[in-house]
Amino acid sequence: MFGYANPKRFMELSGRLLPWLGATTAILFAAGLYLSFTAPPDYRQGDTVRIMFIHVPAAWVAMMGYGFMALASLIGLVNRHPLADVAAKQAAPLGALFTALALITGSLWGRPMWGTYWQWDGRLTSFLLLLFLYLGYIALWNAIENEVRAAKAAAILALVGVVNLPIIEFSVQWWTTLHQGESIFRRGGPTISAVFLWPLFIMAAAYTLLFFTLLLVRMRTEILERRMRALALAANA
Amino acid sequence: MAAFFVMGKYAAFVWPAYGISALGIVASVALSLRAYRRAKTRLAALERTVK
Amino acid sequence: MRALGALLVRDVRLAARAGGSAVLALAFFAAVVTLVPFGIGSDAKLLARVAGGVLWVAAVLANLLALDRLFQADYEDGSLDLLALSPLSFEGITVAKMTAHWLTTGLPLTILSPVLALLLNLPATAYTALIVSLLIGTPAVSAIGSVAAALTLSIRRGGLLFPLLVLPLLTPVVIFGAGAVLARLDGVENGAIWLLAAFSVAAVLLAPFVGAAALRLNLSE
Repeated sequence: MFGYANPKRFMELSGRLLPWLGATTAILFAAGLYLSFTAPPDYRQGDTVRIMFIHVPAAWVAMMGYGFMALASLIGLVNRHPLADVAAKQAAPLGALFTALALITGSLWGRPMWGTYWQWDGRLTSFLLLLFLYLGYIALWNAIENEVRAAKAAAILALVGVVNLPIIEFSVQWWTTLHQGESIFRRGGPTISAVFLWPLFIMAAAYTLLFFTLLLVRMRTEILERRMRALALAANA
Repeated sequence: MAAFFVMGKYAAFVWPAYGISALGIVASVALSLRAYRRAKTRLAALERTVK
Repeated sequence: MRALGALLVRDVRLAARAGGSAVLALAFFAAVVTLVPFGIGSDAKLLARVAGGVLWVAAVLANLLALDRLFQADYEDGSLDLLALSPLSFEGITVAKMTAHWLTTGLPLTILSPVLALLLNLPATAYTALIVSLLIGTPAVSAIGSVAAALTLSIRRGGLLFPLLVLPLLTPVVIFGAGAVLARLDGVENGAIWLLAAFSVAAVLLAPFVGAAALRLNLSE
């Protein structure tokens, strides 16, 4: 794996990989959207079940993105691979975007189902906190000027965050059972019947690939920018 | 066809959810690609001046 | 060990003098709790119900007040570099700073809390839960806060970033702390105090190492 950690090698490989990745993502989106709109309405949720096809994948990528970011941070911190730092840095805004999308689609689903846009329900609440974790990470990166220091500090924060995430999740779940004694919603949210699994699955694949496609593009941008800075520095010296 | 756009009685929730998601995704794709192209041309220009 | 003690005593003295951060935190704590009834009304029943949560949120916010600059003054005037050269390890520095912070904010806030709870009409049965939960939970706030303070050390205006960094990490403390008080109000046993204790022990044990790593990266080069 670390054979590809050389930026030059990475640029070559990602350049060859990207068109295929982009095309696959587009095809998956087309298929997923078609299935999302041709699926029958759910007997309980009606047509709002279609929101699930974009809500669940966004939520999945939001969580996976944080895990990915933490893993890249760990590699960056332990093995000192600059490419891992770049990956972690560029994963954060994407993760934040998908977290925001999960929150918005979740609350649009909640309005007709729960009767309110915002319910302090376990999952919505932990996604709000996840958004804060992402924003803090991005802000820390931007606040520290020295690139090496910023990468290390952000990596430590990402690792602290990933250790805390299950605890936060648990505490929030615990808290919702404490405060809503007579829950009218089934715990764990609505169950999804088999007809809906296909669109859900394909949309999840599309979202995941989209995340990695954009990540590669953004990593390439960052590498070019770093090369530019190095060149400018060399020219001035 | 009309029934499709009405989405049961949930058009007011289903379409905004898809709209906002599409907006977010299209915007992030466009911004990422634009930043990439810009970095590429700027680096090329810089390499020319340095040499 | 002696160096650690000396640093601790110095920091406690600095915070405890008139106008120091300890006094500031106490004043802020009292001010927030006094403002709450003006915001939500003076209904005694309602106040009794929310007292635990309000006191916990106010205590955490008051704690944060001095936390973001925990290392800053020593960093700016160069004494942190000197400390790094002393026999004291970075872990030791973090422990000393963390402990000093708790002794000058967490502990005084806990001692003041029953008085403020009186203003909020907290029922008598919940006082022990309030005090015990604050006593157990505030060290975790100091611990997590000192890690974030070490991370934002080199940022000139780190104070802006600080609440964003610690807010999600401190959510479990508020949930379990306020939950413990609520449990006593309802006369149920929900285990909040044990969860709080477990979280606090883990935070206090891990924080010195993470904080030391953060200090190290900021002082290198």
